Amino acid sequence: MGEFNIKNFLRKYMMLIAMVAVVIVFYFLTGGKSLLPQNINNVISQNAYVFVLGTGMLLCILTGGNIDLSVGSVVCLAGGVGAIIMSKNLPWPVAVAAMLGMGLLVGMWHGFWIAFIKVPPFIATLVGMLAFRGLANVIMQGYAYQVDDASFLSIFGGGDSCYIPDFLAGVGPDVGLNKTCMVFAVLVAVGYAIFTFINRSRLIVKGYKVDAIGVVILKTVLIVAVVIWLGYKLASYKGIPTVLIWIAIVLGLFAYITSKTTLGRNLYAVGGNEKATRLSGINTKMVMFSAYTLMGLLSGFAGILNIARLMGSQPTYGMGYEMDAIAACFIGGASAYGGTGTIGGVIIGATLCGIINQGMVIANTPPNYQTVVKGLVLLVAVLFDVIMQMRRKASKKTGNAAEGGAKA
Amino acid sequence: MAKVLLEMKSITKTFPGVKALDNVNLQVEEGEIHALVGENGAGKSTLMNVLSGIYPYGTYEGDIVYDGEVCEFHNIKDSEKKGIVIIHQELALIPYMTIGENMFLGNEQGSKWCIDWNKTYAEADRYLAMVGLTESSKTLIKDIGTGKQQLVEIAKALAKNAKLLILDEPTSSLNETDSRALLDLMKKLQREEGMTMIIISHKLNEVSYVADKITVVRDGSTIETMNSKDEEISESRIIKGMVGREITDRFPKRHDVPIGDIMMQVKNWTVYHPEFAERKVVDDVSINVRRGEVVGIYGLMGAGRTELAMSIFGRSYGIGISGTLELRGENVFLKSPKKAIEAGIAYVTEDRKGNGLVLTNSIKTNTTLANLKAISKATFIDKDKEYLVADEYKQKLRTKTPSVEQLVGNLSGGNQQKVLLAKWMFANPDVLILDEPTRGIDVGAKYEIYCIINDLAKAGKSVIMISSELPEVIGMSDRIYIMNQAQIVGEMKASDATQENIMACIVKSGSEA
Repeated sequence: MGEFNIKNFLRKYMMLIAMVAVVIVFYFLTGGKSLLPQNINNVISQNAYVFVLGTGMLLCILTGGNIDLSVGSVVCLAGGVGAIIMSKNLPWPVAVAAMLGMGLLVGMWHGFWIAFIKVPPFIATLVGMLAFRGLANVIMQGYAYQVDDASFLSIFGGGDSCYIPDFLAGVGPDVGLNKTCMVFAVLVAVGYAIFTFINRSRLIVKGYKVDAIGVVILKTVLIVAVVIWLGYKLASYKGIPTVLIWIAIVLGLFAYITSKTTLGRNLYAVGGNEKATRLSGINTKMVMFSAYTLMGLLSGFAGILNIARLMGSQPTYGMGYEMDAIAACFIGGASAYGGTGTIGGVIIGATLCGIINQGMVIANTPPNYQTVVKGLVLLVAVLFDVIMQMRRKASKKTGNAAEGGAKA
Repeated sequence: MAKVLLEMKSITKTFPGVKALDNVNLQVEEGEIHALVGENGAGKSTLMNVLSGIYPYGTYEGDIVYDGEVCEFHNIKDSEKKGIVIIHQELALIPYMTIGENMFLGNEQGSKWCIDWNKTYAEADRYLAMVGLTESSKTLIKDIGTGKQQLVEIAKALAKNAKLLILDEPTSSLNETDSRALLDLMKKLQREEGMTMIIISHKLNEVSYVADKITVVRDGSTIETMNSKDEEISESRIIKGMVGREITDRFPKRHDVPIGDIMMQVKNWTVYHPEFAERKVVDDVSINVRRGEVVGIYGLMGAGRTELAMSIFGRSYGIGISGTLELRGENVFLKSPKKAIEAGIAYVTEDRKGNGLVLTNSIKTNTTLANLKAISKATFIDKDKEYLVADEYKQKLRTKTPSVEQLVGNLSGGNQQKVLLAKWMFANPDVLILDEPTRGIDVGAKYEIYCIINDLAKAGKSVIMISSELPEVIGMSDRIYIMNQAQIVGEMKASDATQENIMACIVKSGSEA
């Protein structure tokens, strides 16, 4: 084992490599500006919603390539509800609960029609996209609402206070860096490295196959380097954006759910073969319902982050968000037929989108061309997936023949 | 000596890393029915794909000599132009189009800019008559049965002016009556049209019935060609060629274990069709199975066997289900597959790919899918335990795979069947309903599946085995129910059963109805 196979490596890390290439290209196109600390910071905070919505969208896509078109409208509706509540001087936790509740209700509404009444997801959520946008207009009566609750803004990352405060500022000499951020990055990096090796030795003890030590070390070193570099960049600006913590929580939670729980397993199974899953004693309707309910909940959460960042709510907020989320999933390698895709893919897809968006803005690409480029990127990513699938099919035939197992 | 229509000379086809065909030679004379037999993965389909241009000229070595000239087919169109038409195992018809539209799909009648529908349907009707179908060519494909669809495929091939017809497992989804009709049609085409045909089949009785010559393919090479004119070709003779040894005992010996109490009893079970609500698909059926017993249910396709099994398994098929179900002497009502699994019933489907496995998932996750509870604590999956479980079953059932992380879609039919069995064995049921457990898998794998069934019975499980292969039912069961037209029309001990008296039951019930 441990043989280094360049083809497999490329297949597995293609999108990652593409991301690095894109970063490099924009670095030169923008004369280095794209990697300035502030710009890196902006990529994260401006694309927070893509990460959150992409996560939910992945759940829906997993169940069989089903998408949710309504998320942009739901973000707007939930945000509107929250902003109105806060404008009435009610405490912010009430608003947060209302926004999450709103998202949850909308998700259950979609889930109900899709899972139990069998309305095609595309149509059910198209209805949602129209109706909830309308509803948002109704409750806001076309007005913009300001959000100025200081604690809400600082918790969910809006306004001037959208960074984790530097607790360690007074410790040691002033080096022009946010020390909390730097320390945190180092801790994450070291923690990751330790976890990787402990886990590896645990697997060895149990007699499982593991990657070759060289590959593991290389991978760990790269990840550690990226984390520390990112930490350094953020530390040279204003520190950790609050929203990054929220993104990390959401992504971590759902990475866990999709890979280690029965619900996650059921999502993949339903997307892979619904009938077989049902006959395995799994309530497939509940699985569908859960996917859309969680999508709704996450839309509500994205609504929170959205009004915090923009310090207010308007009836036009969230337009087109659904497409960004869908694009992130597919760029990240989720199958349009369901059954495959990972949170890791969503992270890559969303980051790639974010980098391209940001890069084009800094490079002064005319706005009209920017969407053209985004569209083409999606095409290329999906094309890549399709070609890989074809290759795999071809090699599958071979593999079977080798085992003496192909359908003769 | 008739004219040689087709000669494939030293065909070698290599996929990256493996030789699928190694120096294969095949000679087909004009007007003969030539059968290709061999175990799964032997290379039969690959050979036919080379012949029909699916693997284009240049990707293989060797020559195809057809009608006296060396051919270079770059795609299916090329070979069809010459009159070589392949009918694939999976029917390639579009359900919501008419028979006529399907027959001339890609070969539309009339001019380039305007399809002549009158001509289309008139021509279609002519070809339908040739294959003995009386349906109008304006009937939708979805409204005719699989047997007739297969005939439409043949008519479609005839419409392409086929001279050499290749049928890849044409009867694999047909019941015995339809299969026989198809084989007779082949003989008729041979007699009346002088059609040359190559048939690929796993069903050896059909092959020996229909073929003039039989070529055995093994491990990518042609082993021998038997000519029915020279020798009487028995099934065991063919098997000997296929596996390289004579299988004297096609069924493993049963372990000598006593049969226990009645485990499951079904009484007066009636089920209606989910779409045609007035049609009974299971009609007043009463059956039982004891601990440690293997009960065979024999019936032709469409007799209601699968419908019976699935309606018992948590009412996963049919509407208006009535009757009683007793497990361990107690009346139970199982409203979903989930409840059925909890009550200790497992249904191993006949449709591995459609209803059984998640092909895009690994062996590991398929194995545990029906019993995730056993490897998880409060919905959190213990991945180590899962791996160990999957690996244990892999070894127990001798599934051929490098690792349980392998995707199930990459496995052969026999190995997929083992994964499916593993999944349900892990659910630890008391009653296993096996629906056509050996369909579409090769002789060696069949034997292994039989051994597993015997082991299950030995462990005190109750096994119901549904099958449309008579020798299998007789060879494996303790007791046999015979099902026909939604009813149980006979019950006998396996020791009393012969192919003749089972068929007699069916014929008798058919004439009464």
